[in-house]
Amino acid sequence: MSLLVLEDIGKDFGAIRALSNVDLTIQPGEVVGLMGDNGAGKSTLVKIIAGNFPPSHGRMTFEDHDVHFARPVDARAIGIEVVYQDLALADNLTAAANVFLGRELKRRIGPFAFLDHAAMNRRTGELFRELKSETRPDDLVRAMSGGQRQAVAIARTRLARAKLILMDEPTAAISVRQVAEVLDLIRRLRDAGIAVILISHRMPDVFSVCQRVVVMRRGTKVADKSIDRSSPEEVTALITGAREAA
Amino acid sequence: MSEASRAADSGDFSNVGRTRWWRRGFFASQTAYVAAALIAIMIVMSVLSSAFLSPGNLANVAKNFSFVGIVTLGITLVIITGGIDLSVGSTMALSAIACAIVMQKLSGTALDATPLLSMILSLLAGLGVALLVGLANGVLIAKLGLSPFVTTLGMLSVVRGLAYAVTEGRGQAPTGPDVDLFYALTDGTIAGVPVAVIDLLVLAAIIGVVLHQTAFGRHVFALGGNERAAALTGIAVDRVKIAVYVLSSLSAGFAGMLMLGWLGSAPANLATGYELTIIAAAVIGGANLTGGVGGPAGAVIGALLIEVIRNGLVLAGINAYWQIVLVGCIIILAVLVDRVRTLRMTS
Repeated sequence: MSLLVLEDIGKDFGAIRALSNVDLTIQPGEVVGLMGDNGAGKSTLVKIIAGNFPPSHGRMTFEDHDVHFARPVDARAIGIEVVYQDLALADNLTAAANVFLGRELKRRIGPFAFLDHAAMNRRTGELFRELKSETRPDDLVRAMSGGQRQAVAIARTRLARAKLILMDEPTAAISVRQVAEVLDLIRRLRDAGIAVILISHRMPDVFSVCQRVVVMRRGTKVADKSIDRSSPEEVTALITGAREAA
Repeated sequence: MSEASRAADSGDFSNVGRTRWWRRGFFASQTAYVAAALIAIMIVMSVLSSAFLSPGNLANVAKNFSFVGIVTLGITLVIITGGIDLSVGSTMALSAIACAIVMQKLSGTALDATPLLSMILSLLAGLGVALLVGLANGVLIAKLGLSPFVTTLGMLSVVRGLAYAVTEGRGQAPTGPDVDLFYALTDGTIAGVPVAVIDLLVLAAIIGVVLHQTAFGRHVFALGGNERAAALTGIAVDRVKIAVYVLSSLSAGFAGMLMLGWLGSAPANLATGYELTIIAAAVIGGANLTGGVGGPAGAVIGALLIEVIRNGLVLAGINAYWQIVLVGCIIILAVLVDRVRTLRMTS
């Protein structure tokens, strides 16, 4: 059973065709690199999968069921989570508070519901240990490194029991050591059976963690092949248009 | 024990040190610095002036700062979300006026027969007016996306104008069968402590619990930290925003009615300019105008500090006009201290 299947997906914004006739299949636990120059249609594709807007045409199935997302919440409800480039974290809150933001654990005392800090910290600590990240649940996000912030953002998606995680340029603005940390996090997600679509401009990242690479150019998919049978040179040529297709 | 060995003891965090206790939490907050400053100032003043610690003067200070402190609690919620509410001073006046007028109108009617009824209705009228102002602010800001500063600046003028229009400039005094009880509830004392002070402390405790122990409070902080992130996690951002403006207005209405009891009349110019003192108190107490930081302890301490300094100037016989200058200087100083501290932390 394929996790996500896109058939003939297209998107028009008025007269502009942002995406045309894209077919894409993601298997459970698969890590797929999505590459392409700015304006190639990567983010349009990701936004369609994440439910930010519907496609103009085409069919999308998730675990063999037809899906239509009106809002991002709909995509989240069936197990598609997005880790945004800026991570969408509240700096002034602790790691645990961010992980549980919007779905806080509560204890009822009479008619009132109070936050269950201990339970949330404990669960967040478990998630960080699973991810092998040196991050404390009760530390403020403000004081954290880029890699730790990624861990917080990814722990959020683990809490939601996501089956597919879309990661938008997770390694764009962090140090070399932190890049290695984030790539490790992605490998752990894969080992846990979670599929990841990694949007990245960084060739080394894609070639070290992904099994497959998908290249977009001018709104169409120009390549979709196993990493073993491709090379950074070939992908660069495909992105720039030096090669038409592969 | 050294930092390194302690980290090793805790197991997996080999290279992540923990900040020492006095550099995190309450001890590293602006609220703590201001509390220390407050205590120092109070000690100096009690040495310099024998009148400062006299029971009469202390009661006066306590009562004066309570009105400002109660509204500071409400506005702190707004400031934590990254907003601002300039309409609180006007709302204090309009609520007090609504309360007094409803009490006047009800006295002499059949309602006099039922004890308490007309007073309860008048208090509800005052809070109801505040609720409407807060609702208007909140809906305009959250649903229509207007700037909090401009919206509440407009509301400041609208509400103050209504206060003058309704009263035609004449002060409104509470009357009726329950008026003595009203004065006791607003201007009385319990075990020698002014009612307003007790109200302030109870409200501060409630807001402290709400902010730190409930999901609503957490969402208030999240809005100030990163509003987009809050929206992406599915928090009902609009509802939280409307709620904080309503709570801010309600605190203003409540304090307005306490002032009505204290003064015995609600003039249309009641609490004019109070919004500045209230915002100043919140900022001095550690609330950050860019959002995400603040708390009830800071609100109470900030309001008390301003009042103590003002009282000190009065006792020293300094011209009242200079008090306004000094309050402004304290605000800038408080922000400056916070700035220096943040710089040191990030470097």
